[in-house]
Amino acid sequence: MGCFNLILLESSGMTIVTTVYSFLYQFGDSFAYLALSALGLAVIFGMMGVINLAHGEFAMCGAYVTILTAKAGLPLPLAMMTGSLAAAGAGAILEFLIVRHLYNRLFDSIVATWAVSLITQQTMLIFAGPSIEGLSTPFHSFELGIYSFSTYRALLPFFAIAVLAALYLLFFRTNYGIYARATIQNAQMAKCLGLRTSRIYSFTFALGAGLAGLAGALYAPTITAVPTMGSSFIVPAFVTVVTGGANVLLGVLPAAGILGLIQSSLTAVLGQLAGQIGLLLTVILMIRLLPMGVGNLFNRR
Amino acid sequence: MKTLTQLHEQKSLIHAQKIAANWKYFSDPMLLLILACYFIPMFLGDGGINNFAYCLLWTFGAIGLSAMWGYGGILSFGQTAFFGLAGYCYGVFTINFGGSPVSTWSGVLCALVMCMAFACLLGYMIFYGGVKDVFIGIITLSVTLVFETFMAQTAGPQWAIGAARLNGFNGMSAMPSLSLPAIGAENLLIEGTNFLYLVLTLLVIVYLGTKKLLNSSFGLTLEAIRENPHRAEMLGIDIRRYQLLIFIFGSTLGGLSGILYTVWGSYITPSSMGLTASAMPIIWVATGGRRSLAGAIIATVALLDLSQELVVYGSQYALVLMGFILLFVVMVAPAGLLPTIKQKLFGS
Repeated sequence: MGCFNLILLESSGMTIVTTVYSFLYQFGDSFAYLALSALGLAVIFGMMGVINLAHGEFAMCGAYVTILTAKAGLPLPLAMMTGSLAAAGAGAILEFLIVRHLYNRLFDSIVATWAVSLITQQTMLIFAGPSIEGLSTPFHSFELGIYSFSTYRALLPFFAIAVLAALYLLFFRTNYGIYARATIQNAQMAKCLGLRTSRIYSFTFALGAGLAGLAGALYAPTITAVPTMGSSFIVPAFVTVVTGGANVLLGVLPAAGILGLIQSSLTAVLGQLAGQIGLLLTVILMIRLLPMGVGNLFNRR
Repeated sequence: MKTLTQLHEQKSLIHAQKIAANWKYFSDPMLLLILACYFIPMFLGDGGINNFAYCLLWTFGAIGLSAMWGYGGILSFGQTAFFGLAGYCYGVFTINFGGSPVSTWSGVLCALVMCMAFACLLGYMIFYGGVKDVFIGIITLSVTLVFETFMAQTAGPQWAIGAARLNGFNGMSAMPSLSLPAIGAENLLIEGTNFLYLVLTLLVIVYLGTKKLLNSSFGLTLEAIRENPHRAEMLGIDIRRYQLLIFIFGSTLGGLSGILYTVWGSYITPSSMGLTASAMPIIWVATGGRRSLAGAIIATVALLDLSQELVVYGSQYALVLMGFILLFVVMVAPAGLLPTIKQKLFGS
């Protein structure tokens, strides 16, 4: 990339490269945000059919734990791991106490997780106050032409792809993956063959919560952490999961790609608000036109 | 062969049954409770009356949601979208056309028609597009959030409809109240006690109307669809039409709440359509009992009143309590509090 720039620096194409790169950067940024925030929701919805409206609160948990442990002196990568593990733990507890009893009652599980979200959010507001001091973004920024870009944010899309690849390996190359996919396909049969499906459900829910926590942890250095930050995660997550369909791995990647493109183009042309509204309108159109999601287009056999 | 007297007896018997059937509506405990509320202004001060009217005006949205969710099996997060849409419509209309009786009541009508038209459009997209179950919830939630996001950024002077500035996040204010023409005197403003009477009268009409609708063959068909859509379809029922109709009905009631709220406080803000606000009707209806109109009404008034009491300490405490109540109801009494209590007291 640097070499490529140097060559063009001498020609007058520099401004074009900068503009193109700045668009790519915007695209990567919104792609990473959509993909990372959606993964946890996608795993829980895709594997268990449960719509987890407390998803944003797991992300909030991840972000808060990351910030607190990093301030206590833990190195940032370790703090992020602690954050996602804490969210996974919270997910395991929530599954044990509430979600487990509502597996056959879809509407009730939505309403119950919403109640949990409301309680968590408002309790945090009471005890932790409206916001806590954030961390500084790691790495420096690099400059290209007249713009300067944050290295950390430029790396996030690659990290998102790495997480997706890890999930792919987990679900297609490990014993747990085989068990989990067997349970989704036919829980009764899996049970007859001796799988402890309830344990698989618990682990899957904790995994989804942990992924949400990871999204929160990764974005913790770039945002101001507030107790109501969950809603800024859950909306893009829903949009991506619905666009992608229930097929976790095949859906999230193209969905985040398409939506990222829509959002970054709209933001570039009409401003940030148009980007947000465009996302929400896309999801409405998407449900109307492709009720099974784009993931299904790749899944026709 | 029947004698003439027997025929007469039979006729009077049928007549008596008809009267009894009509009378059944008036012996409904919930109706009696609403009628008893007409005497409440005797015991409350001005502030109390205002507060009670505020709690009551939300019940229309709750009744609408109960009809949609409990009877039609459609979980809509969109009640607050229609609430806001109707509120803004009333505001824009009355600010432009003034506070005369004709203008304000046309404003009410205009807002209701807008709600119906929008519900028609949205419902057509949802039900005729084959959208089902939770995806209906996601679409309606997205619509609500689009409304909120859009209205919140209309702060600039370019966002105005006629004389009415939309005012972004701060919302619109200073709409005229409803009024009635009076002969030889100034127009009668519907405020305070009169406003409470208006809301109560509307509640009686809406409650009886909804009850009648849900007990009619339309309502029974709706329940058949909720229980098993495929079976209903096999029986030759066009389920899309029924679901669309109940969606329009319920959403328009949400709009009615919005109009009354705007009239009551003479303001409307985008945050009345936000993520937290749109959870509230669901909390009330789930708590009261989604298949019980009376439960929905009582729970709405009781929970709103409770929230109002707690708001003194900060809105967070009220919301935490609402969350716990909702969680408790879902886990312990999934049918809702009123039906569960009824069953405990009187058997099935």
